[in-house]
Amino acid sequence: MIEAVGLTKRYGAKTAVDQLSFQVKPGHVTGFLGPNGSGKSTTMRMIVALDRPTSGHVTINGRPFRELPNAQRHVGALLDAKAVHGGRRARAHLLSIAQLSGIPEKRVDEVLAVVGLQDAARQRTKGFSLGMGQRLGIATALLGDPQVLLFDEPVNGLDPEGILWVRNLMRRLASEGRTVLVSSHLMSEMALTADHLIVIGRGRLLADMGTQEFIAHNSAGFARVRAADTDRDGRETLGTALTKAGGRILQEPDGALRVTGLELPQISDLAHRAGVRLWELSPHRASLEEAYMRMTQSSVEYTSTEDPRAELWEPEPLALPAWEDEAEAAPEVPRTGFYAPPPPGAGGQPFLMPSNPGELASASGNPSPNTPEDTR
Amino acid sequence: MTPTTTTAEQPGSYSSPLATPRPHLGHALASEWTKLVSLRSTLWTLGSLVLIVVGVGLAVVAQTGDEDFAQINFTTPALIGLLVGQLAVIVLGVLTISSEHGTGLVRTTFTAAPDRHRVLTAKYLVFSMTAFVTTTLSVFVVGVSAAVVRGGSASGPHAAGEWFGALLGCGYVTLLGVLALAIGALVRHSAGAIALMLGLVTLPPVIGGMLSMWVAVEPLGRLILKYNVPVAMMQLFGLQEGGDLGPAPSNFSHLILILLVTGAAVAGSYVVVGRRDV
Repeated sequence: MIEAVGLTKRYGAKTAVDQLSFQVKPGHVTGFLGPNGSGKSTTMRMIVALDRPTSGHVTINGRPFRELPNAQRHVGALLDAKAVHGGRRARAHLLSIAQLSGIPEKRVDEVLAVVGLQDAARQRTKGFSLGMGQRLGIATALLGDPQVLLFDEPVNGLDPEGILWVRNLMRRLASEGRTVLVSSHLMSEMALTADHLIVIGRGRLLADMGTQEFIAHNSAGFARVRAADTDRDGRETLGTALTKAGGRILQEPDGALRVTGLELPQISDLAHRAGVRLWELSPHRASLEEAYMRMTQSSVEYTSTEDPRAELWEPEPLALPAWEDEAEAAPEVPRTGFYAPPPPGAGGQPFLMPSNPGELASASGNPSPNTPEDTR
Repeated sequence: MTPTTTTAEQPGSYSSPLATPRPHLGHALASEWTKLVSLRSTLWTLGSLVLIVVGVGLAVVAQTGDEDFAQINFTTPALIGLLVGQLAVIVLGVLTISSEHGTGLVRTTFTAAPDRHRVLTAKYLVFSMTAFVTTTLSVFVVGVSAAVVRGGSASGPHAAGEWFGALLGCGYVTLLGVLALAIGALVRHSAGAIALMLGLVTLPPVIGGMLSMWVAVEPLGRLILKYNVPVAMMQLFGLQEGGDLGPAPSNFSHLILILLVTGAAVAGSYVVVGRRDV
């Protein structure tokens, strides 16, 4: 159990972590998410007392880290896989860390086997690949068989097999009743690994809730409908029918329609009644990545601007069907990675669903999601 | 679960089958020893210390005759090597801590052992013991060789005090290394700390000479010329500074000076390492 209360860290004028309070409970994998520079690493460093908080405090099982009777037996941390001396052999490195807390030497060989580095035990760590370094870091964290585990970007540089292994390891450690806090930028990975999420942006807490709850709160699902191309009027007919039935429709560049506000069976029935053949009717369920993007876009510290290449572009106006009376076109986004648009008045409360689907659709008429402004 | 839980063990939480001893200084000493002997750089530094002191010392012994030792101590040949070898001790002292800062290992260390003073104490002890033993053995190999090879009647009487002086000289070099470790802990940067220590060891004779040419600061210049590292080492190894600087300071005043400087730096390192974000 990790408990932070009003944790704040300032570096001069810059506030890296701002009044952060949260609890990480045992038995779960807790994901720690946030954009670059949002204060994740600083928070983890404060948990293990490498940095002193400017104000507030953080305790582990009710005690400050420095007052734990045997820190390594209570807390294991992988904060930086490169925090080793490259000239030392892997086994000697682990042994020197184990000896600090009187951990027996045979435990070193155990953890080397757990992370699969038996054969590299005699190698100097400067020859290690990024993935091997991560494994060594995980071995260091596991040395004391601790009750609380912190991992900062543990899957960085691991191969697919290694990523799967880390995912299973995290889940197993949590199922044994340990407290596991993992930070990562790989949203697909976190969706599979974490049961609970703590999301921060610009050092402030944005969300502290279950993963499924988080996705449900912060993104919108939709149905993708594609009328048969052979029927020229099919799309128009279908669009009109769906709009009449109360659905909101956005047109995708390739001709598919994105429908919100109607259930899939309803859409099918309407299409049948209108006599339109469908080539695609697919549910699009929101992913953690979408939910995360939607929540954090207002607190992203480092944003890239688009390369305009102004003189190279030949703007191609999107055809607007007659039923789209508000003269709006769906933003051009890749089919598989559609991010839900910023909520109306972005920068306020970014994780609230719009009260009705219409709000969402009109806000998404905005050409660029990075410069949100309410068009209504 | 209430937010104000203060018990160490949560119901249903994981408890490890491993024993949980309370870590003490002995654990940290074992760890530091492993760190020292598992690196090529530290072993090379120690090896070069032995090689320089013994090699240069034996070469000097080979080039002298029995009658030369009527004026100098049997341990004096070791001094010439040690004036260079002290640089190896300084480098080792700095590297003991700055290599951890340079590589980031210090974060792993302090996460595993948040009682940083325990780790720092172990570093001081392991380093100073290693440096003292290595220096002393090298110096006495040279001294004993000289005594055996050049110990004829022409070398005249030799008091036991000269061996004690050599031992103090080894202690002096060790203290220089401890000072280097403290500077390394304060500066955290290998090159910076080594440069600082080299300046401290080699520049005072030059600066003292320059200052004593200028009337206003001449007393200060003379003071620096009397109290500096090479002069102290030469005196401890039985080479008296001949010159117009007046009566030479005693062995103990040299030792007390280095003890004060080193002690202040060590105290500073404890304060800073305990509080600093790493």
